[in-house]
Amino acid sequence: MILFWVAILAISVLLYVLLDGMDLGVGILFGVTRDEARRRAMMGAVAPIWDGNETWLVVTGVVLWGAFPIVYATLLSAFYLPLLVMLAGLILRGVAFEFRQKTLRMRWLWNLSFAAGSLLAAFIQGLMVGALVKGLPISHGRYAGSELGWLSPFAIWCGIGLTLGYALLGACWLVRKCEAEVRDAAYRLIPSLSVALVAFLIIVFAVALHDHLLVMNRWLERPYLFIFPLIALFAAIRLALSVRQRRDGPPIFMAALTFGCAFGTLAISFWPYMIPFSITIAAAAAPHASLAFMFWGAGLFVFPLMLIYTATSLRVFRGKVIASPEPY
Amino acid sequence: MTLTPLLLSRLQFAFTITFHIIFPSFTIGLAAWLTVLEALHLLTGRAAYRQVFEFWLKIFGVAFGLGVVSGVVMAFQFGSNWSELARMSGPIQGPLLSYETFTAFALEAGFLGVLLFGRRRVAPSFYLFSTAMVALGTMFSAFWIMVNNSWMQVPVGYVIQGGSFVPNDWAKIIFSPIVWVRFPHMLLAAFLTGAVCVAATGAWYMLQRRFADEARIMLAMGLYCAAVLLPVQLVFGHLNGDYIHHYQPTKFAAVEGRWRDEQPASEVLLALPDPRSESNHYSISVPVLGSLVGSMSFTSKEVGLTDYPPRDRPPVLIPFFAFRIMVGCWVIMLLVAWVGSYLNRMKRIEQRRAVLWATFLSFPLPFIATITGWFTAEVGRQPWTVYGVLRTADAVTPFLTTRAAMISLLVFCTIYSFIFAFGVFYIYRLLRAGPGVFPVLAPAATSSRPMSVSQAELDRRPAQAVAEQES
Repeated sequence: MILFWVAILAISVLLYVLLDGMDLGVGILFGVTRDEARRRAMMGAVAPIWDGNETWLVVTGVVLWGAFPIVYATLLSAFYLPLLVMLAGLILRGVAFEFRQKTLRMRWLWNLSFAAGSLLAAFIQGLMVGALVKGLPISHGRYAGSELGWLSPFAIWCGIGLTLGYALLGACWLVRKCEAEVRDAAYRLIPSLSVALVAFLIIVFAVALHDHLLVMNRWLERPYLFIFPLIALFAAIRLALSVRQRRDGPPIFMAALTFGCAFGTLAISFWPYMIPFSITIAAAAAPHASLAFMFWGAGLFVFPLMLIYTATSLRVFRGKVIASPEPY
Repeated sequence: MTLTPLLLSRLQFAFTITFHIIFPSFTIGLAAWLTVLEALHLLTGRAAYRQVFEFWLKIFGVAFGLGVVSGVVMAFQFGSNWSELARMSGPIQGPLLSYETFTAFALEAGFLGVLLFGRRRVAPSFYLFSTAMVALGTMFSAFWIMVNNSWMQVPVGYVIQGGSFVPNDWAKIIFSPIVWVRFPHMLLAAFLTGAVCVAATGAWYMLQRRFADEARIMLAMGLYCAAVLLPVQLVFGHLNGDYIHHYQPTKFAAVEGRWRDEQPASEVLLALPDPRSESNHYSISVPVLGSLVGSMSFTSKEVGLTDYPPRDRPPVLIPFFAFRIMVGCWVIMLLVAWVGSYLNRMKRIEQRRAVLWATFLSFPLPFIATITGWFTAEVGRQPWTVYGVLRTADAVTPFLTTRAAMISLLVFCTIYSFIFAFGVFYIYRLLRAGPGVFPVLAPAATSSRPMSVSQAELDRRPAQAVAEQES
């Protein structure tokens, strides 16, 4: 039962990172695009799906609370300020989808809120993952750090890394969904984003070695973990080839595969801890009565429905976004 | 009063949840009403029903979106500000809110796309079915939230083990009798919110002599619906009073403004309660009525607040006045709905401009009633988060600093005021534009989810129209 909910949680987090990472990435790239027609096309590429994507964040939140209440309580209270910034970012970018189209005079404001909100949310998510990897000060099952106890150079590097990663996902999505200028611009961005991302991964790795992070021991203890970097390498090569051949379809899958590998590496190197290296999955799990109650309804029946729904909605809106004529 | 992390967290929770409830209470009612409209359109084939449907669907989209964005915050706030509550009650509240998210997600998300963009892609009967499923999703969502909150009001079906609430009887938690008076009370409040807003919009158009057909439908349906539901709401309100009387004597005494035991008890209609002197100033009260309201008896003894030590009493002023404002809103809405319905039946309402004005101006009342009702329930539960078991002061995140809590409160206030102002302004523009401005057939899909409902429409509108709205 515990394993079932670990799996559900892992799937939800991964889906969130892939799906919302994609549209947060588009938001980040939106910020460095000036042309109105291109901006419209970029928004059009994520407008039908962003809201559903973001719902996976709420799913992650409530599953964490229901199945692993101690982790929910500890992490959310530890990350008080970053969480606030992330939520603010998500709200501001969320309303921009609706409000931006309703005004000409104030459009700059919603452009700004869309781009800045996406950027903030992405950076903070990376920062929190980084802080988690580095290890939070925890004693007696409660956060024991200060307001800024999660802050470290390592966490900031991870924030920048994830921002670049999301931007890459976004660019690959644009390549798949858009045509003409937007697609070409995205194609031009992919190589530099990839190179920057690899550079940051190297930096993160070096910082981790330098700081003697506990997580490094995990990698040495569990050499099978290196399967993930290998798959990621394969994905990166496929990605590079598709970009060179200008094949619009594969890049997003290859980028997603790379992300999946990074996620797998982290998840398995944390195992059996949920908050490394202080709270284990077994210690964090809710009582059996709670897990079973969730399993027999939400887990067994509704969760598959949600997966089907996500797949269907991606399928319904498959293909290139048809650029609507510029009305203004 | 010193600003402590506890006080700031309470203010923040109160502010964000008050903001949030405005939108769901509106959209739950609207979704149900849209289902009725679509069914009527299918049955009668009358085009005006369809026009009204398409028009309110746009407004539904914007309000739903604001509800979604403000709802995301709620999912995290329990952990960030109330980590001790989250830790202790997670085994019970977590699964309940998981069911809320899962069922709402599966139904609302699954069928909203069809509702917003699928009109031309599916059979009419399936379209109706999708509308009904979205409405059902909003009600499921309300149901789980009410189960969750009712457990905090009257905790049942649990044992305390290792410092946390461990569920031992889910049936007791879900089928608690409290749930089944509070859930209908909230549902009726949502239906009334929809009905009164729709009637007010109809009255507004009628006053302006615009959209005559649509205005008549809105006015009649809204008024009749409110006229029937308001008395039912009184019954459920009374049943709520009964559970409070039975399970939460301190809340009951605070709402009644009763400081000392009385037998038979009088009912304080209006007063200025003074916690310092533990008495009421300027009190207007009716003898014996208090016993009748509390216990349906002429002789019963009713409990006063001074039976409890001050540390176990809720603040009196907020529940006392919030309750009276809620009841006051109910009385005005009842008058408007009954007079309006009668005149409408006699076909005289269009000449009675005063009644139309009253109907139009009553649109804030259901919102005020819902919010003050929640104030009564939540502030009246104090000083407990989980009534009788976990104090609010013990539920707050222990290491939260005043500075951090202050920053987050300010950030939420700023952002919410900002998006609320724009959201309401854009809804107002949709209302001002009125039905029929939009093409009846929804355009081809550009979006499946609510935040961009009217974007496709506006994209297709000529530049002048937008330029006009800018001015």
